[in-house]
Amino acid sequence: MLGLSAKDTRFLLIVIFLTLATPLLLQPFPEGSAMAQFNAGYPDLMQKFAIYGIFAIGFNILFGLTGYLSFGHAAFLGVGSYTVVWMYKLLGYNVLPGLVLAIIISALFALLIGFISLRRSGIYFSILTLAFAQMSYNLAYSVLTPITNGETGLQVYGNDPQILVGANSPTSPHLFGLVMRDSVQLDVGGWLFTFNIGYYFCAVIAILAFYLSLRIFRSPFGMMLRAIKTNQTRMNYTGLNTRPYTLAAFVISGMYAGLAGGLLASMDPLAGAERMQWTASGEVVLMTILGGAGTLMGPVLGAGFIKYFENIFSKINDNVLHAWFAVLPDGLENAVVAMIHPFVGKGWHLTLGILFMLVVIFLPGGLVEGGQRIARLFNRKKKSKGPGTGAGGHKPKPAPHVAE
Amino acid sequence: MTKSNLTRRGVLRTGAVTGAGLALPTIFTSGAYAFTNEPTGSTVKLGFNVPQSGPYADEGLDELRAQQLAVEHLNGVGDGGMLNTFSSKVLDGTGILGKKVEFVTGDTQTKSDAARASAKSMIEKDGVVMINGGSSSGVAVAVQGLCQEAGIIFMAGLTHSNDTTGKDRKANGFRHFFNAYMSGAALAPVLQKAYGSDRRAYHLTADYTWGYTQQESIAASTEALGWETVNNVLTPVGAGDFSSYIAPVLNSGADVLILNHYGGDMINSLTQAVQFGLRDKMVNGKQFEIVVPLYSELMAEGAGENIKGVYGSMNWNWQLQDEGTKAFVKSFGEKYGRPPSNSAHTCYVQTLLYADAVTRAGAFNPCAVAEALEGFEFDGMGNGPTLYRADDHQCFKDVLVMKGADNPTTKFDTLEVVEITPRAQVEYPSNHPMFGGDEASLGQCNDGA
Repeated sequence: MLGLSAKDTRFLLIVIFLTLATPLLLQPFPEGSAMAQFNAGYPDLMQKFAIYGIFAIGFNILFGLTGYLSFGHAAFLGVGSYTVVWMYKLLGYNVLPGLVLAIIISALFALLIGFISLRRSGIYFSILTLAFAQMSYNLAYSVLTPITNGETGLQVYGNDPQILVGANSPTSPHLFGLVMRDSVQLDVGGWLFTFNIGYYFCAVIAILAFYLSLRIFRSPFGMMLRAIKTNQTRMNYTGLNTRPYTLAAFVISGMYAGLAGGLLASMDPLAGAERMQWTASGEVVLMTILGGAGTLMGPVLGAGFIKYFENIFSKINDNVLHAWFAVLPDGLENAVVAMIHPFVGKGWHLTLGILFMLVVIFLPGGLVEGGQRIARLFNRKKKSKGPGTGAGGHKPKPAPHVAE
Repeated sequence: MTKSNLTRRGVLRTGAVTGAGLALPTIFTSGAYAFTNEPTGSTVKLGFNVPQSGPYADEGLDELRAQQLAVEHLNGVGDGGMLNTFSSKVLDGTGILGKKVEFVTGDTQTKSDAARASAKSMIEKDGVVMINGGSSSGVAVAVQGLCQEAGIIFMAGLTHSNDTTGKDRKANGFRHFFNAYMSGAALAPVLQKAYGSDRRAYHLTADYTWGYTQQESIAASTEALGWETVNNVLTPVGAGDFSSYIAPVLNSGADVLILNHYGGDMINSLTQAVQFGLRDKMVNGKQFEIVVPLYSELMAEGAGENIKGVYGSMNWNWQLQDEGTKAFVKSFGEKYGRPPSNSAHTCYVQTLLYADAVTRAGAFNPCAVAEALEGFEFDGMGNGPTLYRADDHQCFKDVLVMKGADNPTTKFDTLEVVEITPRAQVEYPSNHPMFGGDEASLGQCNDGA
């Protein structure tokens, strides 16, 4: 179906299902219970999951396939956001023109940066991209203030032209009248589910982005990119010019980043310079490695993981901890809270850092490898339980899921 | 072909789920609430969004202390602090409108994006009716915009840029803190008295919005005295080393250096300027001087010895002797063992002001609250008689001119109050050109309904 093998189709369907059911899946605890703290099913975070998922999927096309580690992808994210907000200011709050233009502009920008940076590989390439991104960040922060509104961030003012805005147009981002911020809440016996239009918009785009990346991974072009990762020198010796391929991969992943940046501004009509800072570039590298570089699902998992920590763990403060452990005797309660304190709230970076180290050391393939190991464990058990049935015995050995 | 069967069923199932997912928003309507996050139970939630990491983390921590204290006082725990001295007496320690006050905290990381994400989760997940906090004008402006769109009240914390209640003012946003224009207006007469009216000033300015508005304000008010602005050099934020910016000052013929820096940047630039021996120099037959327009206790603590005799301005200081200040310093000191900083004070006052406005309005509806705050005159909060101006939601009150103390006895009294500049001297029309001129407008109050 859709030019995919049966296995990939099933995989895509699972992804589609998970994406669409996110508002239900992320709200496992009833409102008002102590565990409600860990619910993540509110619009902003779900939108972030989808958007950073797109960002990481795009980054993975470059890093996972060609092995070129770009440390400047946040620049494209920022360019995408600025483009969309400018379109709000000039045309109106419909997100479509902005998003299309965001992809085009970030592609041009990626073409320029990629053309220069890809003359080098390895660490030099990383440094060059980092330099370009920091340059863009500093320009946006100060010199280009008339265009970017500096530190305050670009936003829409009442006196902007907005030539396409009619009398009844919504006053926040929308797609032909579907206002992104609108959501519907469903109260089912204590559980509160929020279905947000903005999230579903991002989710549909994320699924398309995922499908596209799946096709790229399975295409001859993807094979060529993998060959570059494996041994670029040998490719060159066979008389093949690899530069166009890497440049194409760079531009494609730049477009993904631009789209993600545009979506950020579509959900929240503001573009700030911090979006281009090197920490933002580093974040997507972390997401990809944490989830599993070169795998299809990994970057998305990594993105979700990091955003979850950033938004949920950072909000656990001492008061919350005390409430949890209130049943313990006073002295013990304080000791337990003091012990957990450094790892939550403002210490969420610490927890994430430790988890990242554990993953890199014990699961070099990222979270995806962890999942595969667990799956293999179960498979082995199943086999050992029923040795005589032979139902599973004829199946060919599953191929290593390097590209999944 | 079992596989293709599975696929088709999968397609059907997915199609059904997709259809249901897309159709849901049109079936149900979300008009159950009269306004965003209307509190229906016996509690009401406030959101405290402060920097807990990044360059302003110290300020954020102090803000958080004050906010927790404010919640205690509202709920009738502790000695009541400023509730006893506040001129409005509607708050009685039983929460707000009989609802117990709860709060959630978030980390702004001093980045607009992170601050907005944190504020959004407070609004969407925790259901807060008001957000208070923010150290850094960029963050304050960003969060203020968000609260306007979402339909809740934003009570700004430490934000000094003219833009917050200038060109970026919003109907749902309120600022108690003073601004760069007020700093200039308060500092200028003191500077004239101390340094004369024939001076040549050299500005080093943090290269972002706050720096620009402060430089503009200070240059305008010193030029009105007859001072000449020799040069204005923009320095990157978080530069660390300012020596390359300070060396040219000596050869420029300037005799005053104005540091439009804040936080760690100010500590570094001031320390380096002193190390270069600027303050021992005689230029144009006058002693070379340094001015830091915006002070904070935490910066003064960091700069140590170098701050002696340097002039600056503040919103409030714990050494003031009025009843409100004494009550607040007492309860803060008893709880945390240190005097509150001026950012802590503004957050504490903002939280009480919000609670008071809700009680006077008799409703949590943001538009009713905004109406209660607009034009509200009060006293007993440490700054003397204060007015929340309706035109731009800026508080008008006395401004403190401070000087680095010559003989500090502890690390908390490194600054001394030189002059309390009366409110009349720092007032300006709401359509002042530095505040967006005639184009700036609050827009319509939004309650999210």
